[in-house]
Amino acid sequence: MSDDARKEFGLLAEFSSPEALMHACAKVRDEGFDNWDAHTPFPVHGLDKAMGLGRSMVSLFVLVMGVSGAALGMLMQWWVSAEAYALVISGKPLFSWPAFVPVMFECGVLGGASGAVLGFLIMARLPRHHHALFNSERFTQVTDDAFFISIEADDPNYDSEKTQRFLQEIGASHVEAVAA
Amino acid sequence: MERDVTLPPEEISLPDSGTWSRLPMIAGIAGVVLLAISFVVGKDVGADHGHHQLPFSYLVGFFYWLTLALGAMFFVLVHHIARSGWSVVVRRLAEHAMATVPLFAVLFVPIWFWRHDLYHHWLEPGDDPILQHKSPYLNEGGFLFRAIIFFVIWSAIAYFFRSWSQQQDRDGDPALSRRMMKLSPIAAILFAISLNFASYDWVMSLEPHWFSTMFGPYVFAGSAVALYAFLILLTQRMRSDGLLESVVTEEHYHDLGKMLFGFVVFWAYLGFSQFMLIWYANIPEETQWFELRWQSQGWQYTSIFLAAAHFFVPFFWLITQPAKRTPWRLGAGAAWMMFMHFVDVYWMVMPTLHRDAFHFTWLDVTCWLGVGCLFLALFTYLMKKPALVPVRDPRLAESLAFESV
Repeated sequence: MSDDARKEFGLLAEFSSPEALMHACAKVRDEGFDNWDAHTPFPVHGLDKAMGLGRSMVSLFVLVMGVSGAALGMLMQWWVSAEAYALVISGKPLFSWPAFVPVMFECGVLGGASGAVLGFLIMARLPRHHHALFNSERFTQVTDDAFFISIEADDPNYDSEKTQRFLQEIGASHVEAVAA
Repeated sequence: MERDVTLPPEEISLPDSGTWSRLPMIAGIAGVVLLAISFVVGKDVGADHGHHQLPFSYLVGFFYWLTLALGAMFFVLVHHIARSGWSVVVRRLAEHAMATVPLFAVLFVPIWFWRHDLYHHWLEPGDDPILQHKSPYLNEGGFLFRAIIFFVIWSAIAYFFRSWSQQQDRDGDPALSRRMMKLSPIAAILFAISLNFASYDWVMSLEPHWFSTMFGPYVFAGSAVALYAFLILLTQRMRSDGLLESVVTEEHYHDLGKMLFGFVVFWAYLGFSQFMLIWYANIPEETQWFELRWQSQGWQYTSIFLAAAHFFVPFFWLITQPAKRTPWRLGAGAAWMMFMHFVDVYWMVMPTLHRDAFHFTWLDVTCWLGVGCLFLALFTYLMKKPALVPVRDPRLAESLAFESV
């Protein structure tokens, strides 16, 4: 990595409305950028399509963790009740699976819920102490009333001047370079 | 705030000619013919121990379609309670489906006449101490009295909520939405109590020694499954005929699919809870109901099939996002669930008659189809005049613009 690239995180472009942002996102997507993102104070329906994002991977985490949780829950009860500490309870077989289903279900829910949280954190690369975008004073408005697109300097299509002009052309009200 | 919405007029009213306009007549005749054949040719079809097949087959058909209509009532009420926006575009269809309830009051008459075939155990308790103990509730007069109360409650709810919605089509008064929102919790309480006791009276009492407080909710969960499946199939059919084409979108199907999926899980939750508590406690008068569905020939396979195909198969079939957003996948899931609701009702009713082995007769098909055709005839007749969506509902714009993801 050269010194230049280390100094520059990328460009931050501000847009006046969710509609303008959505419109601009479609343009950025069509231009073929990879390392870029949109930032809004609230969820904007359809933005994922405008950005060309695929389906979230979180549901896969939930499925895998949920099924594993349920399987482990059943396994645990089988081991406890039929292997480690075998006790006959109300004359039923040691491995009486119907009795174990509620706990299996709860373990499945626990696994699924943990999978959702973990999957989200992993996919969003969280937690982290700091992000270069917080170097921008304007960016603090993103939790209030401002809409942003950031394009990172390590994107193969990135060229600080050309990209800046491009962002202005697609309707940015303000474009600034953000230090890394 | 009312926002003016203009919808393509040809999409929101049934055409004056073509299949949809002829359906009330066609289905009505088919229903009458099928039931007439069942009643005339099938009246002597026997079953074990000198019983008659017809009353039980008829009860299955009656209860299947009645639960579908009651599922529609739940849909309408719960979406008023929650002031739900997304569902407005399909609410009118559910309003028509619930308004078929008076038809079932008429179709209840044969059940009343066959009461000694269906409910002879508790109608003639003899010296059975359990049934004598239950006789303050389970007796002829109470049975009829409660049936009348149920149909009065349901008809009133259906009538008022359907009329107010149509009145809003004319005057666009948002106060009507507020009124329905305010009254829907009261209606929902009456609905819940009546649905529970109706299922106790008409189906659970087939095995009068047995009782389960979960039975009503279990029936309710099945009704909701049937209703969501029905709404999905109906709107898909309508859209392929150019009705509601730009109104009901992938986004609405996604949510209908979620509700279908959710109630499939809820059904399994209640069904399993009911089973597990009884299995665990292992008390003879409680276990006999499940024993009948497990020990006798064929019913064991039906029980396994029910658990596998009413829960596991649709669970994995419907769980993904693309499954709910791809018409054929959602449609196949919905059609499957409409079939499985039949298996569910059949499984609740029929082991009482065929105690020794699973036994399927042609009457099971004709009675189910016959009642279904009559339901469809009235349903499509009710659809004829009013617009297919509540055109001036204050939340219609929200529903049209709805995005699920």
